[in-house]
Amino acid sequence: MNSSTFYQKSLAKIVATALIGISLSLAATSAMAAEMKASDEDTQKYLRPMTVPQPANNMMTPERIELGKFLFFDPRLSGSNFISCATCHNPALGWSDAQPTAVGHGMDILGRSSPTILNTAYQRFQLWDGRAKTLEEQALGPIVAGGEMAQDMGSLIEELSAIPGYIKLFEAAYPGEGIQGVTIAKALAAFERTIVSTDAPFDRWLKGVDGAMSKSAIRGFGVFKGKANCTACHDGFNFTDDGFHNVGLNDMKDMGRYKIKPINILKGAFKTPTLRDIDLTAPYMHNGAYKTLQEVVEHYNGGGFENAGTLSPNMKPLKLSKKEKKDLVEFLKSLTGDPMEITIPQLPVK
Amino acid sequence: MLNKKMVAVALFGMLVPAIVSAEDLTLTQSNKSFKLNDSKVETLSINAGDTIHFKNEDPFFHNIFSLSDLKTFDLGSYPAGESKSVTFDEPGEAEVECAIHPEMLIVIEVK
Repeated sequence: MNSSTFYQKSLAKIVATALIGISLSLAATSAMAAEMKASDEDTQKYLRPMTVPQPANNMMTPERIELGKFLFFDPRLSGSNFISCATCHNPALGWSDAQPTAVGHGMDILGRSSPTILNTAYQRFQLWDGRAKTLEEQALGPIVAGGEMAQDMGSLIEELSAIPGYIKLFEAAYPGEGIQGVTIAKALAAFERTIVSTDAPFDRWLKGVDGAMSKSAIRGFGVFKGKANCTACHDGFNFTDDGFHNVGLNDMKDMGRYKIKPINILKGAFKTPTLRDIDLTAPYMHNGAYKTLQEVVEHYNGGGFENAGTLSPNMKPLKLSKKEKKDLVEFLKSLTGDPMEITIPQLPVK
Repeated sequence: MLNKKMVAVALFGMLVPAIVSAEDLTLTQSNKSFKLNDSKVETLSINAGDTIHFKNEDPFFHNIFSLSDLKTFDLGSYPAGESKSVTFDEPGEAEVECAIHPEMLIVIEVK
């Protein structure tokens, strides 16, 4: 072999190697790009619906929604005339109250945190322990509960019936039905069904908008569905299974769902909350134990405390890396919808 | 002696139809529903003595229970692929639910 042949062969080898290298890196890049896009399955599963389920006996009308909104913001629905639904479900605080647990009648600190009312229209069970199925069933509970709004229903009906503005609003919303507990509950439910998610970066990413979500958040979605197995409970567009789980908080003062259904696995179990707008609703968990999403991720990464011997079998140490934990938090933040425009009603005073 | 044998055979003969008629049915838990032969069912009619196998086919845990007067049981939580069974001996009606996912509910009518 002369030096020229040797040179040609070596050159060919170098070129071939370089070409393989280029094609390999191109393949890797396109694979990475594919991973950065939402799959059809993801889009189908997680894209938020454009309609809201409504019961046949309380279909939403503008009059019902308006009445419900008036009642929602009216502190006269409490015994003290000082607490409205919006006190604990404040639209400026993600429809929650930024407190670890709610503050009720007489400034008493209550045992559970105020859950956001975002997307409650889609929930199959209301309240942390699911003791009410529908929003109509739920609506009067906090109003009459002694520790919460402490309002006697008979007195409330008398109070509202003495305000001509309310007589008109009830007649427009529920003609001939009058001012009753039932119509108060229905109107509140109709209004609550309008409080649904707006588009979040995650939704825009699902629809294929370039740059809608950061790369870190997209990786976080992979962790969420994969290694961290968050989807065992937080799944679907509203990121809940409408189920009840003991996620191992170091607190067993409250037995949760077990009080409603005395089945062993339900000791310390609470409803899986939505994760939509989660960045707006700190502190977290049913008892407000964690101030930040980082703390929540650390809790799940540790696998939870074996508190009552009924820890959800889905809870296991996750062994997430620092980067995976950061990505997961970024993903959770990407579920924050665009700000809602809420106008506060001028309430009828006479 | 012969009489005793005859009585025994006759008694056995009476028992056999009851044993034969007791059936085993498999109710799967799939996509957070109770399914019989892949179709969602919310009520199921069975005969006294029948056994229902509750088989979890979801990728997460279920916990089947009933607090009915007819039959009270708690099968505990178990993962995909596992099955636990309950025999319904008496006639009546039992509501069977999943503790973790209460939207899963089936009424078992035992004849």
